[in-house]
Amino acid sequence: MADHHPTGIKRWLFTTNHKDIGTMYLWFSFVMFIVGGSMAMVIRAELYQPGLQFVDPNTFNQMTTMHGLIMVFGAVMPSMVGLANWLIPMQIGAPDMALPRMNNWSFWILPFAFTLLLLSFTMPGGAPNFGWTFYAPLSTTYAPPSTDFFIFGVHMMGISSIMGAINVIVTVFNMRAPGMTLMKMPLFVWTWLITAFLLIMVMPVLAGAVTMMLTDRHFGTSFFDAAGGGDPVMFQHIFWFFGHPEVYIMILPAFGVVSEIIPAFSRKKLFGYASMVYATASIALLSFIVWAHHMFTVGMPVAGELFFMIATMLIAVPTGVKVFNWVATMWKGSLTFETPMLFSIAFVILFTIGGFSGVMLAMAPIDFQYHDTYFVVAHFHYVLFPGAIFGTTAAVYYWMPKWTGKKCNEKWGKWHFWLSMIFVNLTFFPMHFSGLAGMPRRIPDYNMMFAGFNELASIGAFGLGLVQILFLFIVIKTVRSGEKSEKKPWDGATGLEWDQIDTPAPYHTFDTPPKVS
Amino acid sequence: MAIRRKLFASIAMLMGFIFSTVAFASDLNMRPGVTETSIEAFDLHMQVIYVMTVIAIVVFGAMFYSFIFHRKSKNPKPATWSHSTKMEIIWTAIPVLILIYLTIPAIKLLLKMEESKTDADLTIQITGIQWKWEYMYPEQNITFISSLSTPRDQIDSGSDKGENYLLEVDNELVIPAGKTVRFLVTADDVIHSWWVPDLAVKKDAIPGFINEAWTHVPEDAIGTYRGQCTELCGKDHGFMPVVVKVVSQSDFDSWVAQKNEERIAAEKAAAEAAASSWELDKLMALGEEIYNGKGACFSCHKADGSGTPPLFPALKGSQMATQADQLNDHINIVVNGKSGTAMAAYGSQLTDAELAAVITYERNAWGNDTGDAIQPSQIQAFKAGN
Amino acid sequence: MSEQDLQQANKLLVKKLLAVVAGMFVFVYALIPLYDVFCDITGLNGKTRGKALYESVSVDDQREITIEFMTNVNRGMPWEFGSKTAKVKVHPGELNEVIFYAKNRSGEETIGQTVPSVSPGQAALYLNKTECFCFDKQVLQAGEYVDMPMKFYIDPDLPEEITHLTLSYKLYNITEAVNSATGATK
Repeated sequence: MADHHPTGIKRWLFTTNHKDIGTMYLWFSFVMFIVGGSMAMVIRAELYQPGLQFVDPNTFNQMTTMHGLIMVFGAVMPSMVGLANWLIPMQIGAPDMALPRMNNWSFWILPFAFTLLLLSFTMPGGAPNFGWTFYAPLSTTYAPPSTDFFIFGVHMMGISSIMGAINVIVTVFNMRAPGMTLMKMPLFVWTWLITAFLLIMVMPVLAGAVTMMLTDRHFGTSFFDAAGGGDPVMFQHIFWFFGHPEVYIMILPAFGVVSEIIPAFSRKKLFGYASMVYATASIALLSFIVWAHHMFTVGMPVAGELFFMIATMLIAVPTGVKVFNWVATMWKGSLTFETPMLFSIAFVILFTIGGFSGVMLAMAPIDFQYHDTYFVVAHFHYVLFPGAIFGTTAAVYYWMPKWTGKKCNEKWGKWHFWLSMIFVNLTFFPMHFSGLAGMPRRIPDYNMMFAGFNELASIGAFGLGLVQILFLFIVIKTVRSGEKSEKKPWDGATGLEWDQIDTPAPYHTFDTPPKVS
Repeated sequence: MAIRRKLFASIAMLMGFIFSTVAFASDLNMRPGVTETSIEAFDLHMQVIYVMTVIAIVVFGAMFYSFIFHRKSKNPKPATWSHSTKMEIIWTAIPVLILIYLTIPAIKLLLKMEESKTDADLTIQITGIQWKWEYMYPEQNITFISSLSTPRDQIDSGSDKGENYLLEVDNELVIPAGKTVRFLVTADDVIHSWWVPDLAVKKDAIPGFINEAWTHVPEDAIGTYRGQCTELCGKDHGFMPVVVKVVSQSDFDSWVAQKNEERIAAEKAAAEAAASSWELDKLMALGEEIYNGKGACFSCHKADGSGTPPLFPALKGSQMATQADQLNDHINIVVNGKSGTAMAAYGSQLTDAELAAVITYERNAWGNDTGDAIQPSQIQAFKAGN
Repeated sequence: MSEQDLQQANKLLVKKLLAVVAGMFVFVYALIPLYDVFCDITGLNGKTRGKALYESVSVDDQREITIEFMTNVNRGMPWEFGSKTAKVKVHPGELNEVIFYAKNRSGEETIGQTVPSVSPGQAALYLNKTECFCFDKQVLQAGEYVDMPMKFYIDPDLPEEITHLTLSYKLYNITEAVNSATGATK
């Protein structure tokens, strides 16, 4: 009976089941990942060599803008929501999310919003071309007509995120099984709980920013127009007040994933659980007071620059604490290196490298030389790709048996991992150097002194792109005809979802709350 | 066991050494630049890299150690401990100390860079315009536009690229060595950013606001330094380089004198050109040259006049370029620009003869065929308000 | 807890969270005046304040401040605009006047708005204008020329280390904006 469910298209359109919705979010995010990734391929093709070969500069700007928007809002964020949907109820012993119908709407808004956003390519003037950070007045007075579609799309994505976050908070606060105290929850649930608070606080700020853009464009306001008494720099303050917490929104769930997987394959409990919770909360709190480190060259007074520099460097402390706790979890454990563990270990190493460039960027007087160059691009791709994306990939490999009853082929998984490792580093490590050499961001052509680094990065990118096809193949093959999994495919795995639920998980789980020890 | 650990440690140190050497290697590293601030910034940058390298060796070293010695086959029985308040305190305190160690020089350098200097020997206003820079020396009465001078065929058609591909301009910013120079950076349309890596000066150009930046290039650092716009500003963001030529004081004075002579000569030539009457052929020839060269009209309106609507309107067959009653509007938009768009005011960038020629070209090329032969004197009259 | 209790608890929490969402949205709009107030108090973005009064201000003969004036005309604005004086040396507390001029070179009535910006930003707080053409929009008929005086004094509390200021004005064409706002047709 627990497995009885509707079939056909209607199942997916009207489902209120957290597992179905989680599946839809994950597939949607993967499709968006491929779409955003294709744009990256266009970017890297153009940047493969000096000269303009494939696209004109305006089209290039559309590629960089849409690549960023789609990856941030269409790939990374929905993938995290997908994981939240699948895992949170099972991990806390709840039958479903607190607000299942709102959950359905949260998902279905997204395909609509992104269709609108992608249709902008067909409009006169083309798609948004002002960078995913859409600074005014480039994005207001000087922007193409499709900008209004972009604004509408952002509003919709924001509503979806806010509703999803509310759902997570209510579920975690009110629906834990008896005995599941907050400090007994798996760290993944903690990181998502904190992420959800970040979301409800900053998505409205983004909504406000784009609404001000809309009224500046069409209703005679001058929020960001100096002629009318406004200030373009104020846009940046508002945007980054959202934007900085946003990057933590994108990474905290991945921290949670890795905090589940590393203990499982170390056969040892997560080191310093309480510390990890406090560190995550500190990161979230600090994330609200560091936004202007994205704006050091804007002409801020020294006092501001000092404050933001110091606050930003401070975030390295709780982040470091987390890294040390992961290392301590592995230390004197009993390690095996299945695919989920490989991706999680790579996460720790490469995210830390991204953290190093982050500390460098935080130091204002040297940031003047790094700001808006490829050094920044290298930094954030390190924390996002081998960071957030590897985290999600690790999660897929780890929980795939629970979701589908089938194990991913270990040999193929390892190929996926090693090829990803090689190509992700080949793509993004050279960008540190092209940035240090002086190459600005968002340019379609460059001087020969940057050529070597760009060539390497492009080769890496093409390889990385192809590897995603391998991943797609692995997932599809597993779902259709993968090896059947035992109840606990990973002997070190712990948690309600592994101990008290069948593999695969039935359609309805925990209709009666489990016993929590 | 001890031998293995020693071996392990030495490999780690070797890697660290290689990494540091590689980091120092100039091709891979940021350049130290030529000013006191740029060199101090470079030194701080290297300091951070060394610290990060040590941290990486320790942390990754511990991880790799675990991979080898704590794998299941080597360590079948995992430890059972999972917390230690002492460790948490240690690995919170040590990073804090490291950060303090890094922050102190950073604060010192920041204060040094940003404190308001008292006396500037020279003040220059820098205005970012889509997609070129305007440099104005108020005290020397010099104003000029600095635009990319790399030939189009090097960009589009794959011809051999010069050494300063995309980093060369028609009119460089000239400053004297050994003097304190103050830059007042602003923009005319969207946000740009003016950056010269060798001077370690990067300041955003915000429309409607001025930002101050300072530099002092030592006397032994005479040379040419190249940078780029570093804030996405539209289509040709990657094509508006910054080139600063640092010369001796006497060479600077000569350059100032020369620029003033050029200005006077240009005014005289403009007056003469305005006085004479220009034939249609002569106007078309000059017009085409300006349209595809100095005026860079082709870069938005395309060589064939088709533009990229709606942002960059077509000129071929357009109302404004073909209707007699819109001639005044046509002249107005070229001379004064259009606010809220990328169409800048060319009235001060081109001479009256050049303006007359390019407008004539636009009204006759691509089948527009109005037969209009706009005279420089018409432009002069328009500018005077008649 | 029972199914009903759970639903009640959920609804209550949802309401609280929605209040947070609404609050943050209001906060963003509140940021606009807050930003202005912050910049007003600290002068941090180089924007000068509104009209000041010259009362009970003592002149500091010991200090001399150099002020440079710059003018820029935005595209689409067919006016000439400049200052008759490029640079002045003043004592803090002393009321001074600088004359600017503007001429409408076009054949139509045009409305302009000048926007001031001061560098260094912190000095903006101490530049008090008792009369300025930047307070109001300027309407000039075709071909009209006008002298525009600007009266100001530097607050004697100007920090010691600031001895040079630049006051830059940018002139924008706001004819269209004004006409569409007032519904006028020209």
